[in-house]
Parts: sequence; C-alpha cells; structure tokens
Amino acid sequence: MLLAAPGCCNLFQKQALNFQLSEVVARHPAARVGSPAALQGVSLSIAAGEHLAVIGPSGAGKTSLLHVMACALRLDSGRLEIQGQSPWQLGNSALHQLRGRLFLAPQVPPLPPRQRVVTSVLAGRLPAMSLWSSLRSLCYPSDISAAQQALAQFDLSDKLFERVDRLSGGERQRVGLARALLSPAQAWLVDEPLSALDPIRSKQALQTLIDNARARGVTLVASLHQVDMALAHFNRVVGLREGRVLFDLPAALVTAEHLARLYKQFEHELRGGPLQDLPVAALQADPVRPLIMHCR
Amino acid sequence: MSSTPQTQHPKLRDPDWTRRWLGFCVFVVLLWPILVATEFKPWILVEPGNLKISGQFLSSFWPLETNAEFLTMVAQGTWRTVAMATVGVVLAMLVACPMALLSCRVLSISALCGRMGWLPFGVRLLVRWVLIVLRSVPELVWALVFVRVVGLGPTAGVLAIALTYGGMLGKVYGEILESSDAHATQNLLRNGGSRMQAFFYALLPSSSSELASYTVYRWECAIRSSVILGFVGAGGLGQQLDNSMKMFNGGEVATILLVFMALVAITERISNWLRSSLS
Repeated sequence: MLLAAPGCCNLFQKQALNFQLSEVVARHPAARVGSPAALQGVSLSIAAGEHLAVIGPSGAGKTSLLHVMACALRLDSGRLEIQGQSPWQLGNSALHQLRGRLFLAPQVPPLPPRQRVVTSVLAGRLPAMSLWSSLRSLCYPSDISAAQQALAQFDLSDKLFERVDRLSGGERQRVGLARALLSPAQAWLVDEPLSALDPIRSKQALQTLIDNARARGVTLVASLHQVDMALAHFNRVVGLREGRVLFDLPAALVTAEHLARLYKQFEHELRGGPLQDLPVAALQADPVRPLIMHCR
Repeated sequence: MSSTPQTQHPKLRDPDWTRRWLGFCVFVVLLWPILVATEFKPWILVEPGNLKISGQFLSSFWPLETNAEFLTMVAQGTWRTVAMATVGVVLAMLVACPMALLSCRVLSISALCGRMGWLPFGVRLLVRWVLIVLRSVPELVWALVFVRVVGLGPTAGVLAIALTYGGMLGKVYGEILESSDAHATQNLLRNGGSRMQAFFYALLPSSSSELASYTVYRWECAIRSSVILGFVGAGGLGQQLDNSMKMFNGGEVATILLVFMALVAITERISNWLRSSLS
C-alpha cells in the first residue's frame, strides 16, 4: 500500500528535480585551514526521478555531497545546478523555496526528545503549510491518519502517540524516514538511512523508501555503508573516496575489484559491519533498550 | 646510558594544566584588591559589642505578632505583592519573547551555510543593545520614576518590574534557545520550513523545561523585588515591612518575613512541579 497523502497529490505532477555537479569543491564550515577539502572535484549528473546510491569508506565525503546537493553547504569552487539554475545565485526567498523542494534526512534523526512521534512525522509537511495551520496542528494534529499511514509503512503505527525519547535508536531512525513520505519535496537526499537498523528492518525500510520514491517520481539519493543493500536495490551506484568519484556505474557492472579499490585500507567496513564509524548516539542504538537522551 | 623499553616513551603532560593554573592565579591576584576595596572585614561581626547589638535586634523578633487585624493586613499585602509580581512577569514575558526570538542566532536562515548576512546581524545586535538598556536600570529607579508619573500604588511597581525583567528574561531566553541542541531546528530550516515553524516544532520542545524553570525563578525574584519596591510606595508586603520597621516592631517584622519565606517555598514547589511535568 503506497501512500497518497491528501494535499500533496497536486505536487506529484510537478517535475522531479535533476542535479548537475561539475568539479565541485566544498569544505566543511568548521574545517581547519589547510586541511583537505571534503569534496575535491566531484562531477555528477543525476536525472529527474533517478535513484542513486553513494557508497564509500568513512571520511569519503558522502555526507558533504548530500549537504551540497541540499544547498546546505556552500561550494568553494565548481558548479551546482538544480533544474538548470544555480541555487546560490538565487535570492534568499527563492533559495528557501527551493529548499522546500529538497528533503535532507541526516544520519542522526533530527527529532526533539520530548516531542510526540505524530508531531515529529507531521513536521515533514511544514514547508507546504502556512504558519497558522502549523500552529493549529501543534494544538491538535491535523492529519493523524496520514502520519499513521506513513508510520505503518515502516512498521511503527503503534508508536503514533509515543514520545520520541521513549523509542529505540532504530525506531527513531525510521520515524525520521517516515517524515520523507509526508514532505512535499521532489528530491530525497538520505544520509545513512540504515545505520541503526538490523538486516531485516533495513531491507524493509529501504524497500519502502524506494517504492514510495518511484510512485511519486522523486529523485532519490542515498548514502549507504551497506554495500550489498546498495547493489541489490539501486540501479546506479557511485563510489566516493577521499572526496573524489572513483566510479559511477550501473549496479550490475560493479565488480569486487572496484569495491576493493574503493575500500582499500578500510576493508573492515566492507566486510565487517555497517556500524563502525557512526556518531556515538547511533552506536548506542539497541532495538530492545531505549536510548537515553538527556533532557536538561 | 641504555634506556629500558619502559622508559622509551616520554612522560606525558596535560597540555591544559599551565593555562588553567595561570588563570587561577590571575583570578586570585584580581580578587585581593576587590576584597580591599569592599573593606571586607567579616570579623567585625563577631566583636563583643556588635554581637550584643545583633542579639538585641534578633531578640526583638520574639514574640511574633499574631493578632487578627495585623494578620489580615499581612494577607492583603501578600496578595497585592504576588499580584504585582505576577502581572509584572507576564508583561515582561510579552516584552522578552519577541526580543529573544529576534536575537536568537539559531533561527538565522542566512547563517545556515556560512556567515550571517550583515542586515540580520545588525538587527540581532540592535535587539541585544535594547535588552541591555532595559535591564541595566535597576527596578528601584524605574519605580521612583513611575511613582511620580502614575502615583503611589502597585502600577508603578508592575511597570518597573515589567521593564527590568523584560530585559533579563529576553537575554536569558535567547541564551537558553541558543544553547539547546540545534540539530532538529537546523534540519527543519534546511528543509524549507519558516523560522517560526522551526521554533515551534523543534526549538521550543527542546528547551521548554529550562525556559519554564527560569521563568518561575524570575517570578520568585519578582516577588522579592515587589517587597523592595513597596519601600518606595508601590504597596503590598514591602510597605507593611517598611511601616513595621519604622515603628521598631520586631514581632511584626518577623511575621512578615516568615510569610515571605513561605511564599518562596511555595514558588519552589511550583517550579519543581512545572519542571517535572514538562520533562
């Protein structure tokens, strides 16, 4: 059962976003002067509605790439074009409107600890809501059934009115993904969506994400540590290493030799686990025990 | 001299120790002239002559004044004081909330990726200066001014508290908002939400408990300020206290002080309840 959110139907007819990156060099804002740039000359061309997986060892620049595409990180040099225009040359309000058409899901779920799941999920729809209707939705959630449908696709419908800090790390991550289903965006940029999920749930979540993206025709770019999932579910795989694109191939043409070259000196990430280099919060994720988030 | 394997590694030092030790020494060196300037001589309190005076002063507090007429007046004064403090703090919040939102850097869209634009930076700086001006004038001074304008009575006290506490609340609200976890707020802003939406859906839930507990603490401080403002004509418990002290009636003073301590204890309970229900 795929989600058809009321109020978002007319947005499905709009064109999905295409991305053109050429020789993009980008630096993390807090980076020390003289340290190597996070992205060192990345060139990619992503058609509208395409599904793309980005793989690579830690520190390769996967998160920076997604942030650049989401207009959350300025370019040092190179060109970025979304739908044929450079977002950094738009005026402030036009840029903010463009941001509303992009959905960036960070690795650590951006959920306030004391908020309820229903409000967190409905927050995905905020760019399309006026201030008055969003305030009204805070007092009484405006579309509980849409939130429940979104959560049901990630097997979380029983947690609809729970508080976020009572959920486990994996459940929190799935709530963050359920937000995408309600957002009016035409491009989903998902950073490590499976980092806290066990293999069965990973497969479920990724399949849900891809099915919904295909149904709506949105462009989906996901960075993954689980190389097997990337090769199994995505048509196109980009390998990133030290800020450069090592290969950009259809999944069927990616060989073990490509992967060995990509993960040289990081073989434990290729073989061992997807949980090696996560931020501490995600590492403590345990599907049974709830994660303790400190409420000051 | 041959080195054994154990002595091959150089002994590790804490690199921050020098800085911390120097900082501490600077603090002590600065403290000394400050103590001299304030004529810090606490041993004067325990000289025999002074102890006798203190003893006489404290003994005048007993017996407490408990006649019905006086207690009725104290009750009325308490009600006035609490009302003055409450209205003052509510007005202060009305002043502080928009200022805190305007001055908060976390809600800046131009600072999402890179440096803040000059206009947003200027607006934030201006708001901070207004808050500084509001809270630098003590409420006693505001009250003296307003008593001349609106006459004796609680209105002067309410206005004085509203202005000064507006400045204080605005500054601390802004600091609480900036020091809370900005991850959820930034994500909503990056995905195209407006500033107010990001505030209500991410920033406020993250920091509501601290905002509430600070506001209740300031309400308690406002009750204390109302007592002081009563000395300059704003009415309430302060005026009662002033009258009793001028008549050297220690029993009445003691009763009023005990009522005041009970008030503070009640606000402490309210603050605890609010904090636990919000977290």
